Amino acid sequence: MAEGAANGEIAVRFDGVQKSYDGEILVVKDLNLDIARGEFLTMLGPSGSGKTTCLMMLAGFEPATHGEIFLNDRPINNVPPHRREIGMVFQNYALFPHMTVAENLAFPLIVRKMNQTDVDAKVKRALEMVEMPAFGGRRPAQLSGGQQQRVAVARALVFEPELVLMDEPLGALDKQLREQMQYEIKHIHESLGVTVVYVTHDQSEALTMSNRIAVFNDGVIQQLSSPETLYELPDNSFVAQFIGENNKLEGVVESIDKDDTCTVKLDSGQVVKSLKINVNQKGDRTMLSLRPERVVIEPKKGEVPNILEGTIEELIYLGDHIRTRMTVAGHNDFIVKVPNTYGHKPLKEGSVSKIGWQTQDCRALDYYTGPIE
Amino acid sequence: MVDATVQQSQVALTDDGIPLKTKLARATRRQKLRALGLVLPLVLFVLITFVYPIGDMLIRGFYDPLVSEVLVRTGDVIDEWDGTDLPSEEVYEAFSLDLQEAAAARDHGKFALRLNFILPGTRSLIMSTGRKAKNLDPAEIDNYQAYLVDINDEWGEREVWAAIKRLTNPIQLDYYANAIDMRIDVDGSFVSQAEEQRIYLTLYWRTLWMSALVMGLCLLLAYPLSYWLSVLPLRLSNLLLIMVLLPFWTSLLVRTTAWISLLQEQGIINDVLVGIGLLDDDSRVRMIYNEAGTIIAMTHILLPFMVLPLFSVMRTIPPSYMRAARSLGANQVYAYVKIYMPLTLPGVAAGSLLVFILSIGYYITPALVGGQRGQLISNLIATHIQLTQNWSLAAALGAILLAGVLICYWMYNKLIGVDNLKLG
Repeated sequence: MAEGAANGEIAVRFDGVQKSYDGEILVVKDLNLDIARGEFLTMLGPSGSGKTTCLMMLAGFEPATHGEIFLNDRPINNVPPHRREIGMVFQNYALFPHMTVAENLAFPLIVRKMNQTDVDAKVKRALEMVEMPAFGGRRPAQLSGGQQQRVAVARALVFEPELVLMDEPLGALDKQLREQMQYEIKHIHESLGVTVVYVTHDQSEALTMSNRIAVFNDGVIQQLSSPETLYELPDNSFVAQFIGENNKLEGVVESIDKDDTCTVKLDSGQVVKSLKINVNQKGDRTMLSLRPERVVIEPKKGEVPNILEGTIEELIYLGDHIRTRMTVAGHNDFIVKVPNTYGHKPLKEGSVSKIGWQTQDCRALDYYTGPIE
Repeated sequence: MVDATVQQSQVALTDDGIPLKTKLARATRRQKLRALGLVLPLVLFVLITFVYPIGDMLIRGFYDPLVSEVLVRTGDVIDEWDGTDLPSEEVYEAFSLDLQEAAAARDHGKFALRLNFILPGTRSLIMSTGRKAKNLDPAEIDNYQAYLVDINDEWGEREVWAAIKRLTNPIQLDYYANAIDMRIDVDGSFVSQAEEQRIYLTLYWRTLWMSALVMGLCLLLAYPLSYWLSVLPLRLSNLLLIMVLLPFWTSLLVRTTAWISLLQEQGIINDVLVGIGLLDDDSRVRMIYNEAGTIIAMTHILLPFMVLPLFSVMRTIPPSYMRAARSLGANQVYAYVKIYMPLTLPGVAAGSLLVFILSIGYYITPALVGGQRGQLISNLIATHIQLTQNWSLAAALGAILLAGVLICYWMYNKLIGVDNLKLG
């Protein structure tokens, strides 16, 4: 069964898709994914996780080794790329250097044998959409990176495809421009209502733009959900560590308790309570996931059920909060974000401090020690 | 604001009052001298071994001071003659004295040869007159015209004098006229050569179309090969590229001779064709010592010059262009023609230009495998240098060829732009 789309009609369906380049290693292992019409879905993952391969299979540049891909309920495995009516924005834009911006935009229209008046009107409208009406006569080499990016987006949209694929389109831009373009692409998506499948390895990009994010690792979707769910309720250790900042504590499950909680004995000997997410029985090895902003420093008596002691190793003043690195339960990379509020207790490097957390903020996940990036 | 305008209107000075320009020149002089010292040996080498001989050759094609040096007196006075009637007594006198001097120094033979070239039959006239003029005593003669006409009636003919007048001018366009199958008659107008003497234009034309054909064949063979090389993994493509370059390391003679043993009538290809029954033994195909031989051998030899620029251009075209075109709705062929091929144009142009210009001046291969019908213009230039010793005609032929190459280059620059040239 494919993992269900959030709502509405299904635009794209991957059904049991597998992909291997060399006949030995599966780059994509059994991919089942439904993408709803009008959705902005991001495939997020470290390099080599199979996300770009999925995109290339959808675009038609790579054949699926096994399984079937459906576009609007039509199987497309044997449809060549130019008949799929899918717009695509490439990593390095792939604007044709021997054509002007206007000729680049007109290319998909002329291929479709549209008459010249309509072509001109559509090119003009597309240039206005990306706020570059005066740039039609320029060559791509005469544009800045950001401008080329906009033209590439406009070109992928000018022939009005229902589905647009974007393969790390912002990777070559500097940070500030990248953030600006994120909003622009998001707004274009909202105003046109096209379905967008977006590939990136940048989690903040994914969190900013997407309706849903599919986190890839090792050829498998680890979790498919909205940005909020992904951050707050990670399903497994990889997702918890890949998305946002995460504190991990390693231990063994001592007992499975009621209300979906469990008791975990940490490797350093302390016993804590946690939500039972990805552990099954007593004796399972587990990684506890705890977001830094959910850790309370110097909790009042009875405020939180779990309390440990930690040594403050390093303090970094960041204005709105103080980033505090501590050694807790044998882990020297335990981060606590201490809000810079009125009357907070001054911390000193080297001092020992109590920390604590609510049970529902701590998630007992699988024991994952593979690479994250 | 005010300060700036004041300073701009005056000469900029350094702190110690020396104009900035002078100081700058002084500061960089050492550097410039050193740079000059580094390039000087090469500049001299190029000047001595390249610019001077070629310049000398080019001048030889139209500058021939031989006659004007012999006929010094005549040259001074014959300019005033308008060429309609017979020249004045002054001219007769000057010529007689010149001829006497030349005959004494035995210089009149060369001059007679040149005159005969313009006006056939005049060689014996000069030689016989010269023999008599050797003993000329100015004191005995009161009318030189009568004296010369007395020796030979032809000295009373206007044409002879017109020819002499033309020869006293050191700038001679005769060789250029010959090089385009024309000649200049005694009065200096261009006329076509006799039918059986017209050979050069045919050769120029043959050189042109055969070079164009070789270029086209090279392009036809090199384009798919380079494309294939450019899409292969780097290690494999480098290996294959070495195989393309391998002929470069083999002597041109060896390669050409190899073609002889392959293509000749008793050669391998004909043997195979006869062996499998495609040809009768007495109808073997003549593939060498004609145009075909020249074209096949030259295409083979010049192929790397087409592959290298094409390959280097194609390797830099990222596959995402083709993918983008496909995703935008273009089928494979349309995307290839509209996107890929225009992007390879700099390589096509560079390779074509190289091959065309190289084959226009090709010499050894046509000489070895061209036979009579596969000779190019450079073979004839070589003949004139080595056999007939007519260096002036060779120079004229060469200069016209050079002009042709420069015109090709100019057209290329107009059409494609030299800036776009990518030689690898």
